[in-house]
Amino acid sequence: MTLVKISDDALALAGGADKLAKAFEAKGCEVHRTSSWGMQWLEPMVEIDGKGFGPATLDDVDAILDGSSDKGIGVIAEHPFIARQQRLTFARAGKTRPTSIDDYEDTGGWQAWKRVRTMEPAAVIEEVLASGLRGRGGAGFPTGIKWKTVAEAKSDRKYIVVNADEGDSGTFADRMLMEGDPYQLIEGMAIAAYAVGAQTAYIYTRSEYPHAIAKMEEAIRRAEPIISPLHMEVRMGAGAYVCGEETSLLNSLEGKRGEVRAKPPLPALEGFMGKPTVVNNVLTIAAIPHILAEGGAEEYARLGVDRSKGTMPIQLAGNIKHGGLFEVAFGLPLGELVNEIGGGTFTGKPVKAVQVGGPLGAYIHPDQFDLVFGYEEFAAADALIGHAGITVFDESVDMGEMARFAMEFCAAESCGKCTPCRIGAVRGVEVIDRIRTGGRQRDVLELRPQMHNTTKDKGREAAEEVGLLTDLCETMKFGSLCALGGFTPYPVMSALKHWPQDFFGESEVPAEMAE
Amino acid sequence: MSDKSQRIGEIIAAHAHQEGPLLPILHDIQHEFGCVDAETEVLLAKGLNLTRADIHGVVSFYHDYTPEADPRPVVQICRAEACKANGVERLMGAAEAAAGKRVKISTVYCLGLCSSGPAARTGDDLHIRLDEKAITKLIENA
Repeated sequence: MTLVKISDDALALAGGADKLAKAFEAKGCEVHRTSSWGMQWLEPMVEIDGKGFGPATLDDVDAILDGSSDKGIGVIAEHPFIARQQRLTFARAGKTRPTSIDDYEDTGGWQAWKRVRTMEPAAVIEEVLASGLRGRGGAGFPTGIKWKTVAEAKSDRKYIVVNADEGDSGTFADRMLMEGDPYQLIEGMAIAAYAVGAQTAYIYTRSEYPHAIAKMEEAIRRAEPIISPLHMEVRMGAGAYVCGEETSLLNSLEGKRGEVRAKPPLPALEGFMGKPTVVNNVLTIAAIPHILAEGGAEEYARLGVDRSKGTMPIQLAGNIKHGGLFEVAFGLPLGELVNEIGGGTFTGKPVKAVQVGGPLGAYIHPDQFDLVFGYEEFAAADALIGHAGITVFDESVDMGEMARFAMEFCAAESCGKCTPCRIGAVRGVEVIDRIRTGGRQRDVLELRPQMHNTTKDKGREAAEEVGLLTDLCETMKFGSLCALGGFTPYPVMSALKHWPQDFFGESEVPAEMAE
Repeated sequence: MSDKSQRIGEIIAAHAHQEGPLLPILHDIQHEFGCVDAETEVLLAKGLNLTRADIHGVVSFYHDYTPEADPRPVVQICRAEACKANGVERLMGAAEAAAGKRVKISTVYCLGLCSSGPAARTGDDLHIRLDEKAITKLIENA
């Protein structure tokens, strides 16, 4: 009987993978529902004897089986998109059935967990420190130091909280990992709990990810005998983007409004229910089983550049020809990722801008494509890698509109606790609108002689409004409690800097802003 | 005791073992009744020994909880950056025309299908690579 592999990742399902699987079953094939290889432009992809066909529709079933299909891509593992990757966190992608505990064990699963339990917790933390692993959620804080702080805190209860509230547009690695390799995340959480002495571990994820939630819950049920007595639970958010911020997430987990907390106290000392808590991103925890395998930490530390160690699952998204998941060691130039690996835009038009790091990441001009993928390298260019999502835009995008949307999004998703974010974002939308419509004239009321306190000049030119916007962005950047208000200025100011003509119109760019 | 208050009591009891159970409770209520209304807030406050202001503060904070049930079918369309890059805004006119008053179009920021947008969700079904024809059909069948 022919063995056919078809992914049950949400993106493959959206492309009709279920119907496709049924059609192959009806033809007498044995169908395995595996995780996704991450070649998303080919989903739903059909794999037979290691060879791939995609994107497959019901009309392709017969041709694929009799070998006459023109959608073949050859041996998947040798496809340039896969062969160029260094997959550690996503080593099982495309190969195993997500909730099969046997598949997990057969591919090296639980090895690290078995090894760790013969070690002292402090030695586990030493290895995490030695690997150079940094938080994959965006801030890039060294994971080992966070764990050490929690391990050394005195408390009757400690917690592990996995931040799976992946709200950034252009990112989907957390979703793919939870849907494709849930046991790896569970193993990583178990190791983290062992290292710091936690009794309970929560995964906080989004209500927009029902498939990931179902798979995680099933995997936790099956893994219970292995990780016991650790208690593990999936918690579902309720559609608030800001809950991806760790302190806001903790409030939400406690059943409160998802408002940001001031730091200090650090969550590592006073986190969930006021107890010491490790809050780590999905990708951080999922990297742990590899690092804690024999010799894993050294291998991890050898990869990457400078202080950005190991690999990063980069997500290629937006208007891109070859979109999907590309895990590679830090250090690739951005242009290579977008143009060579991603194949440029899907529409075939020139790339106008890429946004790295989700809605709070800077827009990067193709002139800066030699920028090397790493935490410090991006920070030096006034950009951030965030959760490593790369969203590509072609020349049809209006960057003034995107800058306005960044402010609009911040206003819609602000938790409301701090003023620069809550009010600044609303004012930001207004100022950008005024720049785009040529400034602000004094209105009829202001000009009435009875209005003694109003200024009776001709108002503000668009160029003067830019001064206001710059000032507002400074205030938001330095005055906001968390990254939502603090980083919204990045997309706004980068768009204004590189594409002023999208704000003023081609002819009216003020001289000091023209490049 | 009305049916509703009894049912809400059961939901609270089912989550009694959890730490910070309010969100899971609210999800169950929203799922079952299609909303978390004022009457429910009072019942929850009593059942959880919180003030009604506490409950209302939480309910009104999150996009997923609604004060009134809406009988219309819902189509969630992603309008975040990656879907904008793939032209979702150019589809919105057709989407709204197809929806009319019968279907509720709601905006969602990211469904995690960012390489293959524009994307939409109806219930637990996901849809990718939408064009004007596909989105119209999707809404008409909602």
